Amino acid sequence: MSSMNGSNISLSTQQSTSDTDFTLACPIPISDYPIVLMAHGSGGKLMHGLLEKLVLPTFSNPLLETRHDGAVFSAGNAKLAFSTDSYVVHPLFFPGGDIGTLAVNGTVNDLAMCGAKPLYLSAGFILEEGLPMDTLWRVIQSMQRAAEAAGVQIVTGDTKVVDRGKGDGIFINTAGVGVIEHNLTIAPSSVRPGDAVLLNGDIGRHGMAIMAVREGLAFESEIESDCAPLASSVLRLLDAGIEIHCLRDLTRGGLASGLVEIAESAGLHIQIDETAIPIIEDVRGACEILGLDPLYVANEGRFVAFVPADQADHARVIMGDDARLIGTVQDNSSNLVTMRSAIGANRIVDMLSGDQLPRIC
Amino acid sequence: MKYIDEYRDAKAAKKYAALIAHLVTQPWTLMEVCGGQTHAIVKYGVDELLPESITLLHGPGCPVCVTPVELIDKAVEISSRPDVIFTSFGDMLRVPGTRGDLLSSKAAGGDVRMVYSPLDALKIAQENPHKQVVFFAVGFETTAPANAMAVHQARQRQIENFSILVSHVLVPPAIEAILSSPGNRVQGFLAAGHVCAVVGYTEYEPLAKKYQVPFVVTGFEPVDILQGIYMVVKQLEEGRAEVENQYARCVRREGNLPAQQLVHDVFTIVPRKWRGIGQIPQSGLGLREEYARFDAEKRFGLTDYGVEESSACISGQVLQGMKKPHECPAFGKLCTPEHPLGATMVSTEGACAAYYRYRRPVEQPLITL
Repeated sequence: MSSMNGSNISLSTQQSTSDTDFTLACPIPISDYPIVLMAHGSGGKLMHGLLEKLVLPTFSNPLLETRHDGAVFSAGNAKLAFSTDSYVVHPLFFPGGDIGTLAVNGTVNDLAMCGAKPLYLSAGFILEEGLPMDTLWRVIQSMQRAAEAAGVQIVTGDTKVVDRGKGDGIFINTAGVGVIEHNLTIAPSSVRPGDAVLLNGDIGRHGMAIMAVREGLAFESEIESDCAPLASSVLRLLDAGIEIHCLRDLTRGGLASGLVEIAESAGLHIQIDETAIPIIEDVRGACEILGLDPLYVANEGRFVAFVPADQADHARVIMGDDARLIGTVQDNSSNLVTMRSAIGANRIVDMLSGDQLPRIC
Repeated sequence: MKYIDEYRDAKAAKKYAALIAHLVTQPWTLMEVCGGQTHAIVKYGVDELLPESITLLHGPGCPVCVTPVELIDKAVEISSRPDVIFTSFGDMLRVPGTRGDLLSSKAAGGDVRMVYSPLDALKIAQENPHKQVVFFAVGFETTAPANAMAVHQARQRQIENFSILVSHVLVPPAIEAILSSPGNRVQGFLAAGHVCAVVGYTEYEPLAKKYQVPFVVTGFEPVDILQGIYMVVKQLEEGRAEVENQYARCVRREGNLPAQQLVHDVFTIVPRKWRGIGQIPQSGLGLREEYARFDAEKRFGLTDYGVEESSACISGQVLQGMKKPHECPAFGKLCTPEHPLGATMVSTEGACAAYYRYRRPVEQPLITL
């Protein structure tokens, strides 16, 4: 970590001429952006660049390098999953949830994506001076309700207060542990050619619920966040004996980024069908108006499951009425995600650099 | 969704593709002018449905792409001033000038805000009387009326802390520049539907006659574009060079007259520099004298910046339809959306960015920094 400390930091603002210009030693190997942008937190390429250039090589260890939603390891006779996530959202309360439900479900879902049964969470609060006590109380109450619904307990925590203007009301970090009671390796490395790609419901609702509030958009019916715990759905798949190869919850960066991450990690080509991806009418409409692509819009209760083709129908039934088969894993000729478009042509589905930016006209 | 699903319908798309294949007897080269159409063509794979004898070239109609780099530099400079709130449409924020982009300016402490309308920027100006509020007024004829309305209202309501940084460009002069260029390959045009919704399409009629090329005013959904291509090819095969309207659900021949009047009241036609192409006479809009005090360049006393563009970049040739993105040696290698060398790789509407995003050859790495 010495290279990230103190006065020996030297930032290059030169535009790189190729990827090989970078070395992994000091100075900090970011070329275009010597300071952090909002886009570095968007779940897109810039964020992955941060991870690959700064975080992964520095903290380098085998658990981290699996780049899964959580770390999976053994402690004594138990196989455990461990994950953490921080929650910053504006507005704090939105249709279908609030920062408290997100903070619990987000970490519960990261554990579930490891195939774990979530057990215990921590909660760290960073509160801004002046936050109404009633707001904090509502958030804490909703965290407890979400924890009960997900079958976890919040067993440790921390509280800090920052000066007015130095926080956005309330920031929450949660970490969680869960126990793994099966012998499957649920990870991109287990994905195989021929696997079915299942999606558990319609996409884009969480991101558009937040956007609708921020932009003051009103629709015929209010768009509600899809925020929900996913552990029970995953555990039902495991209990039914489905040989799950990989799971991914589709948060920041949406369905597209989640699939691209898996295709890249697995070194396999994933083909999906645009017409198979469910998107509710209001979300589609909001995306059209705002110039956004729902494939990249955040979800908080959606995941994809990679399962053997012969178990796909069974798995889909277990995942619920809204689950769909959206694609299949092809061979190792590329590590791209491609999509058959609505009019029947093929194209690449890429990861965005940063946040989606609406087009001018 | 009504008015969307019908125009993304696979059966209708295939029907038009078959009609085009049946009609065509020789190779034809067409250009879609608007970046929104380029984006839709590549995103939906419209060109994959076409017979090989039809070549689509991608035109200069991406406002982000053609905004000169020195204007980006000016925007970045204004946005970094402590007394300024700088407002812009979303996709201008990431466009790099020689001194960084607006997102970097925001991260460094500048008050940069994304808005969906210049009228939102005007509202911000009203709410922040002690700040200078600047809107980055870019775009073609499509965005001009709203920008004109913002300035018009600012003058009427005496909101003197509002100004716009203007980089408006016009489509017909750019088309004429392409048609009159000795290397021109374009035999027919899909004209930009939304531009024509504002200005109509009478301006294309003399161009069609003078250069004997057909124009079809075309919409933005895949079936619109296929129908537009069908109509252009039909004219070409029949030896006609007329202006037709595929996008009749939005466009009338005379356009939107009140919008045109407003634009005429606020703006006047000026020469403009186009990124990647250079100066085109009478190709842009600038504020009229009576609105000059709302001109951010004047208000902030910004003089002309001299700027060098990368010599490896062929975006000028791409914008004029002389080359396709993947014919550039830098494409996907030296030049990616994360490290754009030129205009057309910057915006999602830019031809190079669209090709990179949807058509990249498989050996290109997905993650680069």
